Amino acid sequence: MNNFKKNFLKKRYNAERRFQWYGKIAIGLALTFLAVFMFQIFSKGYSAFQKTWIVTEVHYDKELLLIDAESPSKDDLENADYYDVAYKAMTSLDLGLPEEEDRQLIQMVSYKYETEVKDLLLKNPDFLGKIVPIKLTASDDIDQVHKGNYPRDIPEKNRRVNDYQLQIYDMLNERGDILSEFNISFFTNPDSREAELAGIASSFMGTVFSILVCLAFSFPVAVLAAIYLEEFAPKNKFTDFIEVNINNLAAVPSIVFGLLGLGVLLAVFNLPRSTPLVGGITLSLMTLPTIIIAARASLKAVPPSIREAALAMGASNMQTTMHHTVPLSMPGTLSGTIIGLAQALGETAPLILIGMVAFVNTIPGTPVDPAASLPVQIYIWSESAERGFVEKVSACIMVLLAFLILMNLAAQIVRHKFEKKWS
Amino acid sequence: MNLILVTFIILLAFTSYYFGRKKALVIQSSQRLTALPKFYGYYLAAWCAAPALIIFALWSVFEPSIVKTFILQDYTDQNLTKNELQLIYTKVKALAAGTYTGNITNFLDESANKYIQLKGIANSAKVAIILAILIFSLSFAYRSVQKNDRMREPVEIFLKWVLFVASLGAVLVTIGIVFSLLFEAIRFFQAVKIFDFIFGTHWYPAKTFVRDGQPDPELMKDAFGAVPLFAGTFFIAFIAMCVAIPIGLLSGIYLSEYAGRGIRKYAKPIIEILAGIPTVVYGFFAALTVGPFVKEIGNAMGLEVSAESALAAGAVMGVMIIPFISSLSDDVITAVPQNLRDGSYAMGATKSETVKKVIFPAALPGIVGSILLAVSRAVGETMIVVMASGLAANLTMNPLESTSTITAQIVVILIGDQQFGDPKTQSAFALGISLFIVTLFLNVIALSVVKKYREKYE
Repeated sequence: MNNFKKNFLKKRYNAERRFQWYGKIAIGLALTFLAVFMFQIFSKGYSAFQKTWIVTEVHYDKELLLIDAESPSKDDLENADYYDVAYKAMTSLDLGLPEEEDRQLIQMVSYKYETEVKDLLLKNPDFLGKIVPIKLTASDDIDQVHKGNYPRDIPEKNRRVNDYQLQIYDMLNERGDILSEFNISFFTNPDSREAELAGIASSFMGTVFSILVCLAFSFPVAVLAAIYLEEFAPKNKFTDFIEVNINNLAAVPSIVFGLLGLGVLLAVFNLPRSTPLVGGITLSLMTLPTIIIAARASLKAVPPSIREAALAMGASNMQTTMHHTVPLSMPGTLSGTIIGLAQALGETAPLILIGMVAFVNTIPGTPVDPAASLPVQIYIWSESAERGFVEKVSACIMVLLAFLILMNLAAQIVRHKFEKKWS
Repeated sequence: MNLILVTFIILLAFTSYYFGRKKALVIQSSQRLTALPKFYGYYLAAWCAAPALIIFALWSVFEPSIVKTFILQDYTDQNLTKNELQLIYTKVKALAAGTYTGNITNFLDESANKYIQLKGIANSAKVAIILAILIFSLSFAYRSVQKNDRMREPVEIFLKWVLFVASLGAVLVTIGIVFSLLFEAIRFFQAVKIFDFIFGTHWYPAKTFVRDGQPDPELMKDAFGAVPLFAGTFFIAFIAMCVAIPIGLLSGIYLSEYAGRGIRKYAKPIIEILAGIPTVVYGFFAALTVGPFVKEIGNAMGLEVSAESALAAGAVMGVMIIPFISSLSDDVITAVPQNLRDGSYAMGATKSETVKKVIFPAALPGIVGSILLAVSRAVGETMIVVMASGLAANLTMNPLESTSTITAQIVVILIGDQQFGDPKTQSAFALGISLFIVTLFLNVIALSVVKKYREKYE
């Protein structure tokens, strides 16, 4: 009998321990997912912050440039013909192999190499007639080879870099003529079809404009609505209805807001397609309930004694609210707003529906210029088949996550620094 | 023009604020003020700006459609369809703006002239009316300032109205959603029978595309059956729940019942990071890492796995949803009164027995509510499915094949340029409204369950 009891207890304690372990495993799994995920993104993406250059020599030959003037003006340099000079600069890298391989040498640099040759001369006009070293943006494939992301042992047929190019690459690498530097152009270039030239400047500006438009539309309306509902609304069927409405709106899938933007903003109001203006308004409809809920919660947290004191001093209801309750609730409201904006920042689907997925290779200067946004850029690039875009996507994700972390930190700081603790 | 008018109104409002305040100081020298001087300013400013801006807004909304009716009146005797009329109107507008490139008929030219004329009349009328209103309302307001009427109450009532109108914003958004979806969906259901949409088992909208003229009604019948999409949506949501419910629930229980303060303080926000990661990032992860991984494992076991499988998308979606379930169930479990636990411990139950037999049943309604919210989230999730689960609408229950969902099809249909009036475009709105109804249904149930649960223990 005693033995039986002992066994029974043992069983129960084992069950207890098992149950605890289930909980630990569950948390561990969730954390592992996060860790794997972060590791994947970082290990794939960090190399995108490096850019590969090929160093060669260019001879700014006046004859080849078709410049006649003795001391050419800026315009002459601007209008000169750089094709031959640039072509020669690249083809001079060959190893004395037959002429037919010239095209493959050219393919080792980005298709904009001619512009790069031109820009160097425009910057330093005294290079004219001299032989100077020049850095050219390596093509996407050479870039990937240099970063070691490209398998070299597969048959030549299946490779985008052929044996000849690899041979040249190895030679250049040995000479130290392949440079790897911090990739500034990733942050300053707009989107491009070529992975080595593609940057996030256009989508970054698109995101910034959308968020500003979103803030301008949603914040005032949401705060005013929250003040009304929390401080002035009579308790009746209609205000109940508004409340239920807000709660449900907060849980409507984001893509439905995209349909709203498409069906109303674009089709009825004829706002310009693909622009941060429409994107921002669409997002603001989405963040509206989030901010209202946060603002109401922080209004509710202001203790009634504040209101009573103000009322006792003879302030009207409106004065009490505007002079005391609302300013005291601002830290909570602001941090709720930032969190709502951070959510909007990561939204993709509604922006795709209103056309912000179009290929934009200019940097937008105003909210009514066509633009993409960072999450949409991630989507566009991840649909692209080129290998070079994989690391770009990961790098873009890192920028987006950094942006999100900054915003959440800001929300935390606003909350902890400025919020009054009522005891 | 409009910008100048609005700036003028706003500037005038500012000036009248200062003017009103000054006036109050003047009044102060002879009689007692009824409110602080600034309220005199607010009063004037509100009377100046509000009526003029309201009229301005109404005018801007209605002017285009009125002008349109006037222009199209000339075409009523030609028996044109609605679309043709719309086309003519667009042409007229382009011609008037000088951007028209097609060939110009006499009739069009006349209409364009008429359009320019009408626009001119409308513009000057607008300016005249708004100026008149400004003068009228300002003089009215100034008279009551002069009489030294009560100033604070009207200002506060006005402010209250502003607040009330703002709170209607959320309602307006809902109305906007419902109407924009319904409007297009109804037109879709005029072309496709609602029965075919809800019960049809074949979704292939691309085949109804016809360059000119109407698509064949027989084709339409078979192309818009949404059953594969409904099935795919719930199937992927089901896979997601298979991942999210056990992990989320167990970690929620552990965090609320077992974890010490230290673990709780750090583990909870870290898990919640999972909910803050944008979905497009999960989509990329699912497509690039999880999809090929699942395929490799499947192939190693001798199974036929497509690179874009429902399993990959569902599993990643499940990871995304973990924090929803864990923090909601954590809250719900923490809300269970302590005396239930104490009672159970007093009877000699271990902690896990208490959790399983006392706390879990007590918290069940709240947990069910949080799971329903999570399901609604999974049903509405878009980017993961678009990127990781393929776009072909297969009617399948095999997690290793690719399936499509409602949300993914909406994106597929509407990406790029859309043509309104095409049944394919309209079908996206029909899908949208079914999605809206499903999620609304889930949310309403979930919220009411959670609310009832809260009330029970408060």
